[in-house]
Amino acid sequence: MTTQTVLEAVRDGLAEEMRRDATVWAVGEDLHVGGLYGQYRDLISEFGPDRIVASPISEAMIVSAGLGGALAGTRPVVEMRIADFALSAIDELINQIAKARFMFGGQARVPVVVRLPQGMVTGSAAQHSQSLESWYVHVPGLVVLAPSTAADCKGLLKSAIRCEDPVIFIEPRAIWQSTGEIPECDHCVPIGEARLVREGGDVTVVTWSAMASVAHKAMEACVHSGTDVELLDLRSLWPWDTGAVLASVRKTGRLLVVHEAVQVCGLGAEIVATVAENVDGELRRPPRRLGAPRAPVPFSPPLETAYRVTQQNIEQAIREMVAA
Amino acid sequence: MTAIGQNERIRALALLRTMLRIRRFEEVAEIAQRAGEIPGTLHLSIGQEAVAAGVCSALERTDLITSTHRGHGHSIAKGASLVAMMAELFGRASGTCKGKGGSMHIADFSVGMLGANGVVGGGLGIAVGAAQGLRVRGSNAITACFFGDGAVNRGPFLESLNWAATFRLPVLFVCEDNGFAAFTETARVTAGAGPAARAEALDIQNVVVDGNDVIAVADAASAMVERLRRKAGPAFIHAQTYRLRGHTIADQGAYRDAETHSRQELRDPILLMRQRLTDWNLSEDMQKLQLQVEDDISAALAGARAAVFPAPESALAEVQDIGAPA
Repeated sequence: MTTQTVLEAVRDGLAEEMRRDATVWAVGEDLHVGGLYGQYRDLISEFGPDRIVASPISEAMIVSAGLGGALAGTRPVVEMRIADFALSAIDELINQIAKARFMFGGQARVPVVVRLPQGMVTGSAAQHSQSLESWYVHVPGLVVLAPSTAADCKGLLKSAIRCEDPVIFIEPRAIWQSTGEIPECDHCVPIGEARLVREGGDVTVVTWSAMASVAHKAMEACVHSGTDVELLDLRSLWPWDTGAVLASVRKTGRLLVVHEAVQVCGLGAEIVATVAENVDGELRRPPRRLGAPRAPVPFSPPLETAYRVTQQNIEQAIREMVAA
Repeated sequence: MTAIGQNERIRALALLRTMLRIRRFEEVAEIAQRAGEIPGTLHLSIGQEAVAAGVCSALERTDLITSTHRGHGHSIAKGASLVAMMAELFGRASGTCKGKGGSMHIADFSVGMLGANGVVGGGLGIAVGAAQGLRVRGSNAITACFFGDGAVNRGPFLESLNWAATFRLPVLFVCEDNGFAAFTETARVTAGAGPAARAEALDIQNVVVDGNDVIAVADAASAMVERLRRKAGPAFIHAQTYRLRGHTIADQGAYRDAETHSRQELRDPILLMRQRLTDWNLSEDMQKLQLQVEDDISAALAGARAAVFPAPESALAEVQDIGAPA
């Protein structure tokens, strides 16, 4: 085991895959200087400018480079810098990458990883903060991942690069610098499996990405005050681990889904609906969701605080759900 | 009568053959669509065949192309099977895309045809990205992308040209200018001195060519492809042609200028090539060619009619391996 930040872990994960497979390459803005956050630091010196391609600010072309590169027999890793910027390439993501295999009758395989550093950081405001994971989960053809820990970010990035399907890889921008233990050797995390953070019998809390770290603190506080919380970090959003969620909810009888995205039509709605369709007579409380209000992310600190889902919000929801 | 060499004769007949295969394929498909045998609409390239035939004559089988929603001609010129293509239009299991794509998504990766595209300008970035991928693989193949005059007003046009020029990628940009962006005369909505001037502004080698003169297109393409193979960066051809049919089969083209249309009918690229080959005393060869093409088209049509529809469950196949539809 070694201790690394999320940033160091994903940097190493990409480097390992590029060493393992000469058809893996990366493309995006500022990669020659390590990318916006340093997640590509020094890779150009090892792999050269043909495999660490520092691109113009051309989001549509960056994603197209991934698709065209895949159709030409390579495995591109596409960097979008901030998840919001992918909206300038939504045709390329939704009309082209997600459908190429199907509409060409299986002739095309599109092993592309599209990296989306996502979510709110202090002062990032309306166009640099959105969590739009449910859009991608809605689109057939895409795998959607949203890990939170250093080990999972590394292990799922490596699995994503090896995956034959196009993967939307959502990265927890707000906790890039958080540290975690990374297993040695070739650490890959299977796609589609939730991580059981804590086993408990009173209430199931399901979350992902940066919100997992907030939920973790809330879980610890609730456990300290006597509530036996079970916490699941979903990690994979499509496919998501319905088996783990249903089994947990059948045990606890209570479900709280927490995400940073706007609550309306967020992925929480799908999870709650799936539970409602499958868990009959075993619920002790109606399921609940916690997400952002249906408003753009504001700038000023007090507005931001009012907007975001906080540790206190989660604790309060848990307390309300387990109250007699 | 002009005397021509044997090589020139073979080349000219091959170009005419490709154009005839495209023309007859589309004429037959048009009838089949109107008869209800082909679902959906068709975007026909009748009148534009010289661009596809001329450009693809300069490419190798291992080179890659991307195409447009009006892509039958590019596929045929790149060497796709007429039988599999017609079956695809008919929505049959033996189609190039197993009946999942249809006319607008026709593709044949076995001959380097990476797909027609339902989005105007959709193929530009894919061609440039494919060139980038070929570079990673150390391949010497080149890519060509066909796009219409409507696409030059979309953002991906600039992004793709700038990218290919910046990274000196071997991409042949072919603006197949048929005069119309759907129902709008493109000139009405396009500023500046034309597509080639936009390439010129990015220092991309460019040429304007009569897109109804198949030999002129083939010569221009050969010269540009030679540059690409020397790794001299991307190149751009503005081929000026004319769409003799509507945007789709349903479009009668009421917005067209009648006088221009009549004049353009006389500049039909196949008509022009026939006149030239008659001058070259090749009438007999042309007749033989015509009969061969008719046989090929009849076989494609019969094959499509006889082919089975895909099994319903294949609607959910080949979406994705992980998280596949239940």
